[in-house]
Amino acid sequence: MTDLLAARSQMAISLGFHIVFAEIGIAMPLMMVLAEWRWRRTGERAYYDLARRWAKGTAVLFAVGAVSGTVLSFELGLLWPGFMRHAGPLIGMPFSLEGFAFFLEAIFLGVYLYGWERVSPRAHLAAGIVVAASGAASAVFVVLVNAWMNTPVGFTLDAAGNFVNIDPVTAMRSPAAFQQVLHMLLASYAATGMAVAGVHAWMLLRGADRAFHGRALLLALCIGAPAAVAQPFSGDLSARVVAETQPVKLAALEGQWQTMRDAPLRIGGWPDASREETRYAIEIPDGLSLLAFHDPHAEVRGLRAVPPEDRPPVAVVHLAFQTMVGLGSAMAIVALWAALVAWRRRDLSGHRELLRALVIVGPFGFICTEAGWIVTEVGRQPWVVQGFMRTAHAVTPMPGLVAPMTTFTVLYFGLGAVVVALVASLVRETSGVRS
Amino acid sequence: MRADAFGLPEILAAAIVLALNAYVLTGGADFGGGVWDLLARGPRRGAQRELIASQIGPIWEANHVWLILVVVLLFTAFPPAFATLGIVLHIPLSLMLIGIVLRGSSFVFRSYGPRDDATQQRWGVVFAMASAITPILLGIVVGTIASGAAGDAGERLAARDATFASVYLAPWLSLFPLAMGALALAMFAFLAAVYLALAADDAALREDFRRRALGAAAAIFIAAFGGLAVAHVTAPRVSGVLTGSRAFAFQAVTAVAAIGALWAVWTRRWRTARIAAALQVSLILWGWVLVQYPFVVPPTLTLREVAAPRTTLELLLGALIGGALILFPALAYLFRIFAPKVR
Ligand code: HDD
Ligand code: HEM
Ligand code: HEM
Repeated sequence: MTDLLAARSQMAISLGFHIVFAEIGIAMPLMMVLAEWRWRRTGERAYYDLARRWAKGTAVLFAVGAVSGTVLSFELGLLWPGFMRHAGPLIGMPFSLEGFAFFLEAIFLGVYLYGWERVSPRAHLAAGIVVAASGAASAVFVVLVNAWMNTPVGFTLDAAGNFVNIDPVTAMRSPAAFQQVLHMLLASYAATGMAVAGVHAWMLLRGADRAFHGRALLLALCIGAPAAVAQPFSGDLSARVVAETQPVKLAALEGQWQTMRDAPLRIGGWPDASREETRYAIEIPDGLSLLAFHDPHAEVRGLRAVPPEDRPPVAVVHLAFQTMVGLGSAMAIVALWAALVAWRRRDLSGHRELLRALVIVGPFGFICTEAGWIVTEVGRQPWVVQGFMRTAHAVTPMPGLVAPMTTFTVLYFGLGAVVVALVASLVRETSGVRS
Repeated sequence: MRADAFGLPEILAAAIVLALNAYVLTGGADFGGGVWDLLARGPRRGAQRELIASQIGPIWEANHVWLILVVVLLFTAFPPAFATLGIVLHIPLSLMLIGIVLRGSSFVFRSYGPRDDATQQRWGVVFAMASAITPILLGIVVGTIASGAAGDAGERLAARDATFASVYLAPWLSLFPLAMGALALAMFAFLAAVYLALAADDAALREDFRRRALGAAAAIFIAAFGGLAVAHVTAPRVSGVLTGSRAFAFQAVTAVAAIGALWAVWTRRWRTARIAAALQVSLILWGWVLVQYPFVVPPTLTLREVAAPRTTLELLLGALIGGALILFPALAYLFRIFAPKVR
């Protein structure tokens, strides 16, 4: 394994690990606040239990999110000093603002978790709302950075390769910013909400208390289902930005090798880099031109338009994109179905087919998230700053990067296993809950 | 000093040191608490651990954010310094991160995990060990920067006149950084012991932490003078500045704070002790700044050379001011809710 590959793998593992906890840190506080609010309004004990239990899970997951995020902020320098040396002044702004969002989040999470008996009901609920809002704000800021890496603006390059005439405010408003932030926020609510719904659906199928798990299911769906339904539309917006600003990435997403009008949409298929073609795909005529540019005859640039050293690993990107779209659509359909059932007869907790479907799509949101980030990050290769800086020029000169990569991988797999076991035991405790 | 010697780069550097100072006084004490968890002894072992956990629980995550703020401010305002340090301090920083990850996660695993003794003990040990090792690594990192070894390693790398050991190992695996590691550990343990004594409800428990505070104070003394002696031999730049006339007044104030802290602990004036201890530790930190000003990474990178363009610095300062206006009331609120009952 080369040092560059080791550095990329370490970054990918660290981000892939962090993003799960980050999404939970964004959506869970909203759900626990909703549960507490329902309890205060209705006085129903089940909502109180729910808020307390969701808060307990959030406490564990948040802490792991915080420490893995700390690792990331150091890794920017440990692995990508070349990137930070040049990009730091441009993208430092959103990271610094994110720092303040973290403060608010951590402070009010402390108040929320440990303050049930110490602050007034109103202050307690407000603390939860601040946690939910600042979690969303941190995601906004960090995704602004990523959007800038994809569609960099706000500087000019001098002859020596330095970024000059920099304008950090413009850099925060890069062309991909809005669509990526929207898609990321929706992803957080969809992934977390649907996963929690899946857990409670599973408990219901196993005959656990309906009053508790039925309410939990409904609340989780209130957050997860609308986001899951909106996600394909938001993804379409993202794809159109990619089509306009990152044609090579789009071509990789779709396995499009040739520049052509009336480009077809491919479902499945295997992009073969040596033959420069995508085989075994089901092709829908004009589909890609239509989706990407809203014109069936629009011209789509193919991968062959750029030299091979400027192309990303096409197979990985294409596969990841297919996974996201496939699983995302399945999740959206189940979410719609749940909405329909809820609208028609209100009680979901006895609908076994629906419950089963919810259990199946439970993990899909997180899988889609990982796949989506692979699309974004691997699809941008070989660039770390699209069109301006190659990843190979950003990496640290330190040799032997396999060692830290292996260490952190082992560490994260270990932590992941403990977290899963712990959350499972928290969930199992609720099977005895009676309201 | 000329009038323009204190401009935006200096203001932002000062803000970074202030954030680090806040981290040391709050997050540092949380690590120190973990050290006392590791060293919990005697009949009140369980009560000691419980007090420590209750004091860390609600606030450690907020305290931890100071460190993140230091990192993001550093890479925004002085990017080349961040890049150089990321390269040459890769190994100690990675080890420190492992400590940070294990400390934080084992703490919540212990608090929220199964309550049986075996599980509690397992995570307790990880928490305590990580709490002790992380400060040592933080001190090592600071010591490597202060002694100029990190800057020299960066130079060697740029001149392509380097072996792996001379760039990535030798700079931090030497006597002075290790002494600074010991000093950091002793300072954090001292702060924690003083805070815990103030927070303890029970007189016997308070006495436990008084004894620990006195022990940690002695350790600070040994580590500080040991470090100075080592510096005299291996890092003459550091000892030169610290024993020079410019530093005399500064050293005197630090000594007064140290003696004051010791006296207050001795006479059980806990509120005074807390203030004096915080002052003593802060002054030691600012002593480091004095040693290396105007360098961020001595002996090569000065503040002015590596500062980001003016636009960035102005925006950053604006963000800091705006952020502080929100942050400080929120922090005050948090600490008021969870403050120990004041005697
Ligand atoms: C719950 C998670 C989830 C779901 C269901 C979907 N996505 Fe997604 N997608 C993500 C979660 C995600 C993400 C959060 O992982 C990414 C990575 C970067 C980003 O902004 O969002 C992403 C990126 C991403 C990109 C690349 C953006 C870029 O590189 O700038 C495109 C084109 C799409 N998505 C399109 C879609 C489409 C057409 C979907 C239809 C079902 C879809 N996504 C469902
Ligand atoms: C929004 C914040 C993010 C930033 C600032 C960011 C930054 C980076 C950087 C600097 C690299 C190394 C350079 C490169 O390979 O291009 C990288 C690589 C990578 N990141 Fe991200 N990233 C972000 C989000 C994510 C997330 C959440 C994931 C989750 C899975 C992810 C997945 C990856 C992968 C898979 C790579 C390796 C790419 C490859 O090896 O081809 N990224 N990222
Ligand atoms: C290079 C990329 C990233 C860096 C450097 C980074 C950094 C951090 C840090 C330092 C923390 C800890 C804050 C605390 O102590 O409270 C954190 C937490 C968090 N991050 Fe990230 N992060 C990155 C990617 C992302 C992405 C892509 C998201 C998008 C959703 C995200 C969202 C969050 C959220 C919501 C939290 C707080 C919730 C929690 O801890 O579970 N981060 N991040």
